[in-house]
Amino acid sequence: MIELTVNGIKRQVDVVPEMPLLWVLRDELGITSAKYGCGVAQCGACTVHIDGKAVRSCQSHIGEVAGKSVITLEGLDNKEHHPVLQAWIEHQVPQCGYCQTGQIMQAISLLRKIPKPTDEQINQVMSGNLCRCGTYPRIRAAIHAAAAKKMAEK
Amino acid sequence: MGHMQTLSRRAFVFGSAAMAGGIAFGAYASAEAATSASDNPLAAGLGPNSVTFNPWVEISPDKITLIAQHADIGQGVGSVQPIMIAEEMDLDPGQFEIRFAEPSPAYFNTGFADEFAPFVAADQSPAAEEARAATLEWLRKSGLQMTGGSSTIPDTYQKLRLAGAVARETLKAAAAKRSGVAAADLRTQSGHVILPNGTKIAYVALAAEASKIPPVLDAQPRDPSKWRMLGKPMMRLDVRSKVMGELKFGIDQKAEGMLYASVKLNPSKGQPLKSYDAGKARSMPGVRKILEINNGVAVIATNSWYAMKAVDAIACEWAPSAYPAEQADHWKVLESSFKPEFLGKEWKKIGDIEAGLKTGKLVEAEYRAPYVAHQPLEPLNGIGLVTDNGMEIWVGHQSPRFVQWVAATAIGLKPEQITFHNQWTGGSFGHRLEYENVRVLAEIANQMKGTPIKLVFSREEDFLQDIPRQIAIARHRGSVDKSKIVAADLQLASTTPLKGLLERSGTPSKDPDGQLAAGLWNVYYDIPNFRATSYEAQGLSPSTTWRSVGASTSGFFTESFVDELIHAAGLDPMTARIAMCTVPHYRKVLETVAEMSDWKGPLGNGRGRGVAFVESFGTPTAEVVEVTATDRGIRIDKVWVAADVGKVVDPLNFESQVQGGVVWGLGHAINCELTYAKGAVQQTNYNHHEAMRIYQCPVIEVRGLENDPKVRGIGEPPVPPAAPALANAIFAATGKRIREMPFNKFIDFV
Repeated sequence: MIELTVNGIKRQVDVVPEMPLLWVLRDELGITSAKYGCGVAQCGACTVHIDGKAVRSCQSHIGEVAGKSVITLEGLDNKEHHPVLQAWIEHQVPQCGYCQTGQIMQAISLLRKIPKPTDEQINQVMSGNLCRCGTYPRIRAAIHAAAAKKMAEK
Repeated sequence: MGHMQTLSRRAFVFGSAAMAGGIAFGAYASAEAATSASDNPLAAGLGPNSVTFNPWVEISPDKITLIAQHADIGQGVGSVQPIMIAEEMDLDPGQFEIRFAEPSPAYFNTGFADEFAPFVAADQSPAAEEARAATLEWLRKSGLQMTGGSSTIPDTYQKLRLAGAVARETLKAAAAKRSGVAAADLRTQSGHVILPNGTKIAYVALAAEASKIPPVLDAQPRDPSKWRMLGKPMMRLDVRSKVMGELKFGIDQKAEGMLYASVKLNPSKGQPLKSYDAGKARSMPGVRKILEINNGVAVIATNSWYAMKAVDAIACEWAPSAYPAEQADHWKVLESSFKPEFLGKEWKKIGDIEAGLKTGKLVEAEYRAPYVAHQPLEPLNGIGLVTDNGMEIWVGHQSPRFVQWVAATAIGLKPEQITFHNQWTGGSFGHRLEYENVRVLAEIANQMKGTPIKLVFSREEDFLQDIPRQIAIARHRGSVDKSKIVAADLQLASTTPLKGLLERSGTPSKDPDGQLAAGLWNVYYDIPNFRATSYEAQGLSPSTTWRSVGASTSGFFTESFVDELIHAAGLDPMTARIAMCTVPHYRKVLETVAEMSDWKGPLGNGRGRGVAFVESFGTPTAEVVEVTATDRGIRIDKVWVAADVGKVVDPLNFESQVQGGVVWGLGHAINCELTYAKGAVQQTNYNHHEAMRIYQCPVIEVRGLENDPKVRGIGEPPVPPAAPALANAIFAATGKRIREMPFNKFIDFV
């Protein structure tokens, strides 16, 4: 049995330690906001936060996650009023939506490090998150809007 | 349409409305379907005290359900379809549920009539409209239920508003009967019929009574000036649940007692398995079973990852490919396909082409477009359960009735024994018109009778099995004389995407592939000597429809070549196109994009602009791309797009679709190709087939025009002009003419 904390709740799973966190979340724990897209850290659809940092859950072996705190989109604080989620809704970023949970988790991490990013900084940090529908113009706009919201809250 | 049920042979009026063209044609097409009860698939499943007026509206005592007939593949139709009904029914978002349509001929796609009839979109002559009416009748009889060809809005714009109007007026009639107040004195608002004294009766409370009266068939949709939601930026109904991570895609679904499957299939598409060694896989964690299927192996395990790891450990010996094993030989076959025996069709011939080519200066150019992959971010998947009664299948797909046929054929059942549940999908771009996952899921579930099986393709397997976009070569010749284009002889050799898809759908066609005409013959420039000919290459990789299909390659070839001719004639690419454009409202599209981009000729200083104009799926679309040649390569700075769809029903989503289409077109033109080696594609993940990431994404400015007499789609038309506009911009900036995709083989990009 491997024990980990997901969205503040202690969970136990009986799997091999090499199993990626992504598949533990999806198939063992029924947490589906983290998506399988590529399995090799090329698309970012599986992005979650471990101990506050954005990571690709397809590359995180569950054995190494044991004892750490995992936050998926479902477990974000203040989810209903989260400035990034609000901005994503107001700007209607999603088309198919499959990559968007990963985009959002990456964007939240970006704004923690750089509260008011430039387009260049957004491009740099968000380039690991692929969107096949081409929502990039709206992703940029939503990140700027979320940054402005966060500033206003301070 | 061999296996498809023929619709009821109810007589229909082949009346003058059909010949009138435009929206009247659409209304005619759908009025009968929208108000017909006899073929309504909702009738069979109706609960007590419930009512259905047509195949799109169902009201029970506790809820209102609106049916989305077209599959949502990210393009937003899971939202706009119900909103078109809700607009007419005076329902607000939140007052109804949405359900994807079941397989039924009632959901045949009227929107394909224009694309399938052998006339270019701008031709709205009586002869063209007559052919479209005949095509529509064929569609009705065949019950072709398919999402694709940018047809959702053309198909549903009239019929869903009519369906909503019939529902509204029938509910009013039921309320009139109950209250004794004349229907004309009643109004509707927010899911209620409102009496003159202010009393409100909820629609759900009228369901039982409405079921006992005949539907009000002469109801009319409202004039667009009365719209509350349509025509204005609106909140897509799926946005919130997608942002909150709550929406379940097909891959997120679960069934009680389910096991997980992953597959390894012969990467030489369509060829069988010769032998395999699963010795290592059998003892791997979580493995329950190893299965041999038609063209490969499957592992059944306790989760998807165990299944993927184990299937990866199986050594397979494959039968060799039926097409050339090496990519170079694919090109050779194409090169030798410009011969009479491979003629698809001479689509158009105007003037004297040979004499024209001898006049003035001759321009010749060869262009190439490679195979490319679809690769939506949600990999192919599905849940299947086979029992003694048949099969249930949960999969996101664009052709529900073909799914039934493919699954049934794979395991010896009848199509009606397949119960299909459509799913929200994480993109498609044409991928979910094919059946790789459907067929193998049926085979696996059939071997695991009684246990629900969830199949997920690994990304690598998805790439290997992805039936690619057509590969093509164009050999174009033309001439210019006295600052005019005198002749253009456009010749194309290509694999056949639509023919391939139809064959795999069980409805083979002997006709020339009409998608090879797209972007080739619908050229709206005043060129006195013109010919467009397609050749169909034989024996190459299967290919299929990929966002914008034939126009994705021919749009690039034609609009690059037109640009070369214009430059040879010493003209400005924008003003020459505007001057040559023969269709007034298409010319307006070009004029609009010129105005948006403030086009004033060459920019200089390493900067360049290119323009391209392509009509695909009836939607004329013009794009201007601006680039800068930097020390590190080409940077794409900005794109302007104008497109005329007759009516912009959702301006915000319209902009999203255009921006997405431009990103799709540019991204793949820059850096994507699939190449075969030993019969298998060499690109098996996104690092080999990257398309566009955010750092390369330009600013994209969009304008929708409403001059076309018909209502058109926007999912695909922004794609074809993107690649040629970029190539033309690179030429303007650097003097380098790129005639082959992907462009990064010839020039670097920032």
